[in-house]
Amino acid sequence: MGQASIIEARQVTKVYTMGDQKVHALRGIDLDIAPGEFTAIMGPSGSGKSTLMNLIGALDQPTSGDMLIEGHSLSTMRPDDLADLRNRTLGFVFQQFNLLPRANALQNVKLPLRYARHEHIDADARARECLELVGLGERMDHRPAQLSGGQQQRVAIARALAGKPHIILADEPTGALDTKTSADIMELLVSLNASGITIILVTHEAEVAAFAQRQIHFRDGLIESDERRAP
Amino acid sequence: MKFSVAIASAIEALFANLLRSFLTMLGIIIGVASVMTMMAMGEGAKARIDEQISALGASTLTLRPGAMRRGGRSMGAGAATPFTEADLDALAALPYAGAVSGQLNSSVTAVSGQTNWSTSLTGTDAAYFEIHNWNPVEGRVFTPREVRTGAAVAVIGKSIVKNLFDGMDPLGQRIRVNNVPVSVIGVLEEKGQSSFGSDRDDVIIIPLTTARNRIIGAHRTTPKNVSRIEVMVAGGYDLKEAQNELGEFMRDRRHIKVGGDDDFMVFNIADFVRARSATQATMGVLLAFMAAVALFVGGVGVMNIMLVSVTERTREIGLRMALGARGSDIMVQFLAEALVLCGTGGLIGVILGFAGSWIAAKTGGWELSISPQITLISLGAAVAVGLFFGYFPARRAARLNPIDALRYE
Repeated sequence: MGQASIIEARQVTKVYTMGDQKVHALRGIDLDIAPGEFTAIMGPSGSGKSTLMNLIGALDQPTSGDMLIEGHSLSTMRPDDLADLRNRTLGFVFQQFNLLPRANALQNVKLPLRYARHEHIDADARARECLELVGLGERMDHRPAQLSGGQQQRVAIARALAGKPHIILADEPTGALDTKTSADIMELLVSLNASGITIILVTHEAEVAAFAQRQIHFRDGLIESDERRAP
Repeated sequence: MKFSVAIASAIEALFANLLRSFLTMLGIIIGVASVMTMMAMGEGAKARIDEQISALGASTLTLRPGAMRRGGRSMGAGAATPFTEADLDALAALPYAGAVSGQLNSSVTAVSGQTNWSTSLTGTDAAYFEIHNWNPVEGRVFTPREVRTGAAVAVIGKSIVKNLFDGMDPLGQRIRVNNVPVSVIGVLEEKGQSSFGSDRDDVIIIPLTTARNRIIGAHRTTPKNVSRIEVMVAGGYDLKEAQNELGEFMRDRRHIKVGGDDDFMVFNIADFVRARSATQATMGVLLAFMAAVALFVGGVGVMNIMLVSVTERTREIGLRMALGARGSDIMVQFLAEALVLCGTGGLIGVILGFAGSWIAAKTGGWELSISPQITLISLGAAVAVGLFFGYFPARRAARLNPIDALRYE
């Protein structure tokens, strides 16, 4: 590969202990994702795709093997370093949006900037910029309850963008939306990808996954298939 | 995350659930208000005791003929031989005696015009006013010469002016004390109630000789008798040492054998009042303890609500962690909420405490004494409770696993 990978997995395993039973969620994964790729991760529940998402999201550490995000090995990082990595490098989009109900759109988007330690940016201006970008410039003072599902997901995407992340992780971002709105949200993600952000999407819907250039199928903790669509 | 930001969002969270916040604060409010009232009451009572001690003479020793025992039978206080004027002179010569005063006391009927009044009479000398730090507001007190010559003059307390003269100017007026006429030469400043509840201003004070020779009458075996001696210990001498030396001196004078029982008592009034106030102090400690318990219970209430809040907002905590919040950020956020709850409760409690102290002072009849320290201690206690009881819920929030927290339903 010409470029260094933004995400690298080397023989990654993850074992959960549930009572006296050991669950092997990942059984030795090797994976490289290049900067700027739009990757869909698919598979039935229990296949290990959520576990991989947690690892890529720096929310968890592998049991064995090595997982690198922008060259940083997760295994050697302390919880505070993981938090800083999430804040600097990653943006999360969830199925249930996960907006703070009492805060308006602008305040929600500003939330990750509260925890930014390394750079001093004008949080207010940055949040407005991100909301403009997702097409919600007119609704910055609306609370989540005053917005439609699609608009709420746009606020969530704006929040993911606020910290200028290199990677956006979208976990079933269209799971709670109708077909038309889903397509709009996916178009938005495609346009963000076009601006250079690496996007990793977890979904079980083939139409949604079709927006990605690369589709990785998981089964029983292993990669079943890894296909690139011709651009 | 900056602490000011944490405080601001904590205030927001507090307003988001106003009723619950208020009910949680109620425990802290009541706790702080009672801590403050109890401390103010304690200080008010202490100030009153100090004032009483200084009114009695902080460095005054009092001598009284004691209970005499005969064949193991107590003859009652005052049954022993009384002191004499010779004792006064001897005591006055002691180096540590700053001033010495002898007294004779009796209850009498005083008459002025058509009005009569039952009151107490004190026959004493000029040093009495110095020892008691009691000054005239009108007229003057009597001189040593008037005491020697047995002048028919009287210095009266405020209550006599009120009851006998109906508030009119008594100077130069005549009072018949048990039918003996004396003329009023001075009115003393108001002293108020004693710690025993008697009116210290309800007194007529006349020269010792006049009282003995014309009104009370001398002791049948000891002509120049004095029933009570007060010695003001001179500055620079230790009160306790002076008390012991005075005891030895009087044993000598009264020819008491080594090992024999004293037939007199030396005590200092301050000890007496302090002993009495010890009971009040114990009461104060008990009340303060109960107030502290109230504050503790309030703190437990805060902890309970904070734990509920952490559980309710598990997903929010997970989200914040996913967005890059460190454990310490979450900790600060929840500690700030506990602090804002307790701090606000503390402020309201301080205001209520002022009201409570004022009412207590009114009913207890002492000066309202709320020092800045009391206010600070009360507020500090509230903040400490917030930190102490907020720590555990905040730590629980900070230690949540982000994955589990995000998935929490």
